[in-house]
Amino acid sequence: MGSWVAPEWRWCETMAVLELRGLTKRFGGLLVVDGLDLSVAEGEIVSLIGPNGAGKTTVFNLISGVFTPDGGDILLDGRSIVGLPRHEIARRGVARTFQTLRVFLNMTVAENVIAAEYASGTVGAVRSFLGTPAARAEAERMRAEAERRLAFFGERLVGYRLEQPAYSLSYANRRRLEIARAMATGARLLLLDEPAAGMNPAETQEITRLIGQLRDEAGYTILVIEHDMHVVEGISDRVVALDHGVKIAEGSFDDVATDPAVVEAYLGKGGAATK
Amino acid sequence: MPEIGTDRWVAEFESRRVRREGPWGRLIEWSSRRWLWLFAGAAIVYPFVIGGDFGIRVGVNALLLAMLAIGLNVVVGYTGLLDLGYVAYYGLGAYGYAFLASDQFGIHLPTPVVVAVVALVVFGVGLVLGQPARRLVGDYLAILTLFFLQVFVELALNLDRLDLPFVDGPVSITGGPNGIAGVDPMEILGFRFGQVRDYYFLLLVLVILLIVGVTNLARSRTGVGWRAIREDTLAAEHMTIPSGRLKVLAYAFGATVAAVSGTVFAAVQLGVFPQNFTVALLIVVYAALVLGGEGSIPGALVGALIIAMVPELLRTPAGARLLFYGGLLVAGLTLVRPRRRLAVIVPGLLLFGLAVRALVAGIWPGLVAAETAGGVDRWLLRFSASADVVVSVLFVVTIAVALAAVAVRRRRVRDALLILGVYLLVLVWENRLVEEPSITRQLLFGALLVVLMVARPHGLLGRPRVEVV
Repeated sequence: MGSWVAPEWRWCETMAVLELRGLTKRFGGLLVVDGLDLSVAEGEIVSLIGPNGAGKTTVFNLISGVFTPDGGDILLDGRSIVGLPRHEIARRGVARTFQTLRVFLNMTVAENVIAAEYASGTVGAVRSFLGTPAARAEAERMRAEAERRLAFFGERLVGYRLEQPAYSLSYANRRRLEIARAMATGARLLLLDEPAAGMNPAETQEITRLIGQLRDEAGYTILVIEHDMHVVEGISDRVVALDHGVKIAEGSFDDVATDPAVVEAYLGKGGAATK
Repeated sequence: MPEIGTDRWVAEFESRRVRREGPWGRLIEWSSRRWLWLFAGAAIVYPFVIGGDFGIRVGVNALLLAMLAIGLNVVVGYTGLLDLGYVAYYGLGAYGYAFLASDQFGIHLPTPVVVAVVALVVFGVGLVLGQPARRLVGDYLAILTLFFLQVFVELALNLDRLDLPFVDGPVSITGGPNGIAGVDPMEILGFRFGQVRDYYFLLLVLVILLIVGVTNLARSRTGVGWRAIREDTLAAEHMTIPSGRLKVLAYAFGATVAAVSGTVFAAVQLGVFPQNFTVALLIVVYAALVLGGEGSIPGALVGALIIAMVPELLRTPAGARLLFYGGLLVAGLTLVRPRRRLAVIVPGLLLFGLAVRALVAGIWPGLVAAETAGGVDRWLLRFSASADVVVSVLFVVTIAVALAAVAVRRRRVRDALLILGVYLLVLVWENRLVEEPSITRQLLFGALLVVLMVARPHGLLGRPRVEVV
């Protein structure tokens, strides 16, 4: 054999964790995402910005499998995840939070996180029913793991809070719980959909630091949608601006923020002149 | 700079914490932890206290219903699948036992083998028929599963004149409307179940094992996954939970529990009949679960016990009386708010009764029955037999007063109407209804359920669910 083809895993190391190639999605006649190319490298924090309706959340929904794309490809570690069931995508390392919070309201804080550890378990329903030592050990391990994840947020979500129903949490704590839940899936890539929405300035500052910690201390690769430009400035290695489903700018925060196309998308034509 | 994880609430938590206090509170705390032991203790003593065969048979029905309700709790309460075909699996289990342990086909397998085979087969059937649950939710799934139940009933009714190839004459599989009689009693490890009491203890063991097993499951990743699916299926899937597989598993688990209880049912009544497995039973099982509180195992148990035992209690005037006044007391304590209104209403009620009695006895002595046995009779009017019409009229008046009491807003008028209404209710009850348990039984039972559900809309032991905040 003359040419030797490297197996896929070999070139993973040099490859982006996530790569979108010509990603396209239509809702009826409306082109929501239009030939989007995007790659996120290991350990990078990339912000997705753009006016309302630009298609940012649709991109998240396409990556996490809520919708199937009409065109293009989504590669996770070089392998396509298009068409996989949602739980399988999550199992392969993509976890997300939601713009409109979707914590399991009637479950306790601990149970919310334990639910997300499903994939890490090996004990089946029969052994769980019988309460075998393995089943007990696994339940205890999951519980301890949940506490460890929640401890990432200081003392806010631990202690007595563990046994409280999620609906009793404040808005900001629910956002934290969602992040803890996403972490518990064992994912390496976090998709955070407006983590600072509805937060007060102090909490916004805290979430900015937290996202930095998620990368630096916990080693996550993060793709984040955010409207608050202070947050975007504080966390991003790279910023990607979308408008009408098309990428209009990409680069460092300063480059993108001053890009004429971005200013126009946010403020309309002549927006820069009136400034 | 704000610190991550500092929270005023956390620091102040201990001082804000609300605890149940006093002996009553401690009793509640204790019984909520030890409820299974309480139940087991009471259930073991029950047959010896109740004595007669009839009472034990009631206990058997209650335990069967408890098994069904706890199994349904996994499907509906945990996973949120509205399964209206549930009873079909109970029937499948019962017919399965009858097929393998009766003269119908001349097969008489040992009981453990029969139960194991039935459980495995029905689990498989559940896995197949549960497939629609992957895609359908709510009312769509409900209609589809209701169809399964109807198919089962139709098959059970009509598979009695089947023309098979290579066999002469019609073959009866299910026995049609007459069902299959002469089913073998159970026999486990050489012990032959002869009495109802034997089945009672078998069921008690099964119920306790089921409770322990389901409690274990609820703590496992499977159980937590089930509840996450009910809360938010999409979010659950994003959290690595294979929702389709877990839904089908929950459906098949429920089916298996129903089937196992079905085998005992077939054995205890020594026969199976199609009319045992209709929508009527389905409603009873759902009533037990909803009354107890969806998603709560002790709730399903308590709900089943109430639904199965209370109507039996109502058969005798003494039992009916106990329940009537008990219900009145509970209704008074839960529905009258603030409670200090009771301080007006209760003495008012007593005085009003005495006054009416004195008045009527003075004006129309002929109307009042001669015998006064003491107790309630010193307070309440007892009509003589000739005054039956009066009681009927008062019955109508009672309903009118009850409606008025609900409609009126002014506190004083409302209290007065309440006194009048309760008095009339007791009057009608004591003079007429208590004497005719056959009529009052269902009526009173229905009223009791209404009162309980109004007082606790989320079920007796259920937790109120929060959907959107």
